[in-house]
Amino acid sequence: MSTSNLHIYVMAVPLLTAFFVNLLGRTSKVWIAPLVVGSLAFSSVASLVLMGRVMTSGGFSYTVGNWVPPYGIELVVDHLSALMLVLISVVALFASVSALKSVEQELPGREHLFFTLYLILIAGLMGLVLTADAFNLYVLLEITSITTYGLIAMGKGRAPLASFNYIIMGSIGACFYLLGVGYLYLMTGTLNMAEISQTLPVIGGGAAVATALAFILVGLWIKMAFFPLHGWLPNAYSLAPTGAALIVAPLMTKVSIYLMVRVMFSVFSIDYLFLQNPLVDAVIVWGAAIAIVCASALALAQKDLKRMLTYIIVAEVGYMVGGAWLANSTGMTGALLHIVNDALMTLCLFLAAAAILYRVGSLDFDKLQGIYRKMPITMAAFTIGAFSMIGVPPTAGFFSKWYLILGGIEGGHWEFVVALLFSSLINAVLFFRIIEIGYFHKDGEHHGHETITEAPLQMQAPLLICAVALIVIGLGSGPLVEKIITLAIPVGL
Amino acid sequence: MDDLLAVIVAKYNYWIYVILMMIGFYAMIGKRNLVKKLIGMNIFQTAIILMFVSAGVKHGGKIPILNKYEVLKNGIDATQIVNPLPHVLMLTAIVVSVSITGVALAILLRIYREYGTLEEDEILEKLGK
Repeated sequence: MSTSNLHIYVMAVPLLTAFFVNLLGRTSKVWIAPLVVGSLAFSSVASLVLMGRVMTSGGFSYTVGNWVPPYGIELVVDHLSALMLVLISVVALFASVSALKSVEQELPGREHLFFTLYLILIAGLMGLVLTADAFNLYVLLEITSITTYGLIAMGKGRAPLASFNYIIMGSIGACFYLLGVGYLYLMTGTLNMAEISQTLPVIGGGAAVATALAFILVGLWIKMAFFPLHGWLPNAYSLAPTGAALIVAPLMTKVSIYLMVRVMFSVFSIDYLFLQNPLVDAVIVWGAAIAIVCASALALAQKDLKRMLTYIIVAEVGYMVGGAWLANSTGMTGALLHIVNDALMTLCLFLAAAAILYRVGSLDFDKLQGIYRKMPITMAAFTIGAFSMIGVPPTAGFFSKWYLILGGIEGGHWEFVVALLFSSLINAVLFFRIIEIGYFHKDGEHHGHETITEAPLQMQAPLLICAVALIVIGLGSGPLVEKIITLAIPVGL
Repeated sequence: MDDLLAVIVAKYNYWIYVILMMIGFYAMIGKRNLVKKLIGMNIFQTAIILMFVSAGVKHGGKIPILNKYEVLKNGIDATQIVNPLPHVLMLTAIVVSVSITGVALAILLRIYREYGTLEEDEILEKLGK
């Protein structure tokens, strides 16, 4: 196995395993767990090796089948995409270990179908971060979306309805993206991102280019659930099977944000985005500030832990969109660091929610009374995740929020700073309410709860590792920013 | 007025795509029946496919199937042949659109089994009870 093709193996192994999971999983369930965990473990190790290689010898581009870039599809592995690959494969690995248990409980007899879609989704996400071709990106975006529609529709009750709404909204988003790419293709005659960005300054920024940017951005915002285009997300994510929410909630929105950053700086340029059109970034940062405040306020109104977490995801999307459009390197550092941190803390909270759901059977706040005494280890990890979401040092969430706030001050966007602080306060209220219910409320009337014990080890282990990782990454933010993220920021910011 | 007409006639393919797209968009947002929403989504996607395909067309262009040896000898006159790239791309987009429609129809089937109707209002009414 030659190491120059390592990134292809990272993506291909889950994709090919998906078919074996389907085939062998039909005959016997014992195949599913080793195949899923084995392929994702391989991807995690391979992507870590790839990250090491990129850190020592820099990024590189790869032409699939030796078709040179303008004609063939180019894959680019640089610091940012290598970091995203590591993030996706590691999050997928942890989520799958826990998902194996909850899928067994929620979808008995359909595990092989679930994990087939699950692995194709992972492969699609990895393809998204690697590709340097605007049309290829659309196809991969739809691969991830279609698998997600299927995964969400596997849930009970209203889940198919939520999934259908997601299909309609998601398709509008993808079509807008495709339309924007179509305009760019008509203007430049190429679909390769690097070629487009070389041609755009020559033809200048006409109305067609501005329309293309607007369509692409709105399309991606729908996909990432940027308020007020978030309507589909809370229902879809909270009604999905727990195993699906475990992977979709941490990764889908974060990868869409990565795509927005990619399009902003690999297709368009800093010059075009921030200097030629100075009002646009200010408007978007205002939009992000409003998004953060509104989504946080909506989170307050929820009575169910999972639904509350989905609104927090919507608020967090505002953090990263705002950070990326602050037009300075501090804000950008914050946005990129927050992609990593937010994926991990969302994973941590959803893993905890999955463990509680596995034992308690409901995530209504009323049912969480006295949960700290019954599931102390799970709730300890949940508390670390909650602290990270609030932004308490030394958890990871504090450091990215710190960069975002510094970036907001540097760019003079006080509304964004105020929105971030407001959202942190709301998060504190939200999570301390749960801690209060879980820790101090006695469950006098619920005698049936006596039997509730700790979640199985298979669900606890990924949760604990994830909680420890939040603190380790928090303490290691300095080297992470210095060695990887500063090199991922586009030159000239 | 004449100028406007001239603009519309000169780029009539784009006007058709815009009109089709708006029809699809209206069906997705305005219609209350879930199947009609899905058909609206299909019209929306078709409009974009048509835009791409029409962008490749040239007046008097030939089909882009060429003799390799002749091209190597005499070179190629790009104005004489239709641009095949958008067509190839749209083959992929059609596949994507078909698979989304398939998934959506399967989900509609499940919704129908669950609620016995595909009218959004009636479903919401049943959920409210």
